Amino acid sequence: MVSVVYEAPASVQDAVALLSGAEITATVLAGGTDLIIQMQGLVNESRLLVDLKKIPAMMEATLDAEGLQLGPCMSCAELTSREDIKSVYPGLIEAAYLIGSTQIQGRASVGGNLCNSSPAADTVPALIVNNAQCVIVGPSGERSIQVEDFATGVGQNCLEKGELLSLIRIPLPAANTSDAYLRFIPRTEMDIAVAGAAVSITLDDDGICTAARVSIGAVAPTVLVVAKAAEVLLGTKVDVQALQAVAEAASKASSPITDRRGTDEYRRHVVGVLAKRAAAIAAERVRGIQS
Amino acid sequence: MTKTHVTTTINGEVTEFLCEPGATLLAVLRNELQLTGTKEGCGTGDCGACSVTLNGRLVCSCLVLGVEAEGAEIGTVEGIGGIDKLHIIQEKFLEHAALQCGICTPGLIVSTKALLAENPEPTEKEARYYLAGNLCRCTGYDKIIRAVMDSAEAMRGDA
Repeated sequence: MVSVVYEAPASVQDAVALLSGAEITATVLAGGTDLIIQMQGLVNESRLLVDLKKIPAMMEATLDAEGLQLGPCMSCAELTSREDIKSVYPGLIEAAYLIGSTQIQGRASVGGNLCNSSPAADTVPALIVNNAQCVIVGPSGERSIQVEDFATGVGQNCLEKGELLSLIRIPLPAANTSDAYLRFIPRTEMDIAVAGAAVSITLDDDGICTAARVSIGAVAPTVLVVAKAAEVLLGTKVDVQALQAVAEAASKASSPITDRRGTDEYRRHVVGVLAKRAAAIAAERVRGIQS
Repeated sequence: MTKTHVTTTINGEVTEFLCEPGATLLAVLRNELQLTGTKEGCGTGDCGACSVTLNGRLVCSCLVLGVEAEGAEIGTVEGIGGIDKLHIIQEKFLEHAALQCGICTPGLIVSTKALLAENPEPTEKEARYYLAGNLCRCTGYDKIIRAVMDSAEAMRGDA
């Protein structure tokens, strides 16, 4: 068992002071759905847990003309119940809704999903196609980084000692834009992505794609942005040929592993299919807004 | 190790306890407070046997620290019906024989109550998805779902 020192600071500044001044390993506690399980494996270790959930700004989400300011610790259950957010970022909400069970969603957060830095994190591709930004606060002040640059490897990210993710900022999508996220799991419910894909698409009044973002998860050490898969959509009506090109580009960009849940060959194929289907859904959502 | 003093509300009653900061809420409920209705299955958030509500949200108590209960409202199966008067959901689980060994039952009762509070008229598909985090290795779920759907109807009739 691990020896825990628990602190629940009331402000981000206090949290940074605790994290940067810690003499033992210090970890931020958000929903705990990854962390508490990881700690069960530790023996004769001391941990400082800094619970951020008593800081009001970490638990709130504001949607305004700027976009969404998402408190990183808000539970997925609370986020997915927000119809205002769902109407603007349906793909992000469907990703949050896919994480674990009802019970897990009651605790798990988008910020925790990001900071755990698994390549299979469901919300990360959806954040990336929406150009989301991480606001990071640390002992030397505040900095911002795009979500696609946050994770640096499996379970690794760019947070330095004393730093924490204080806000996720998602710009308001351009007019006639929508998104979608799909993942594949071997079961119907409650599993971790074998492959995942998010797509954001903008169509003009003639149904021609003028902007797109494609991001794929669980098929490389970090979630990837596939610029080539977005490029092949530009200037098309998101027709069958364009979708096939998206699938090929996504498959080609992936570098998956083989494990008991799927071979690399299988994952490479499936991620293309998911990217193609997510693009079709995002385009259909835009047509729904336009009609 | 120094224990932490926690003041919380469990099933509507203000409750105080001492716990080690690394102890789970599940361990506190069962070992400190003798609220043994909440069961430990997997201990890793997969099975739902330890389901409780935390400030109205359904959670696995094995993935919550006892110290996080400070100032919170906890709901356990002990707060749902009693030996003298069972809750409709408990009656329906008995009526439909929706249990065999019973280990998953408290978690399912807590989850069903949370489901029906959020969605009083779920479709069978919605109920099955909502309860996907409550594993039962005996019944095959069919009787559980019948009990849940019947509970929903009976509770709407009551209102």
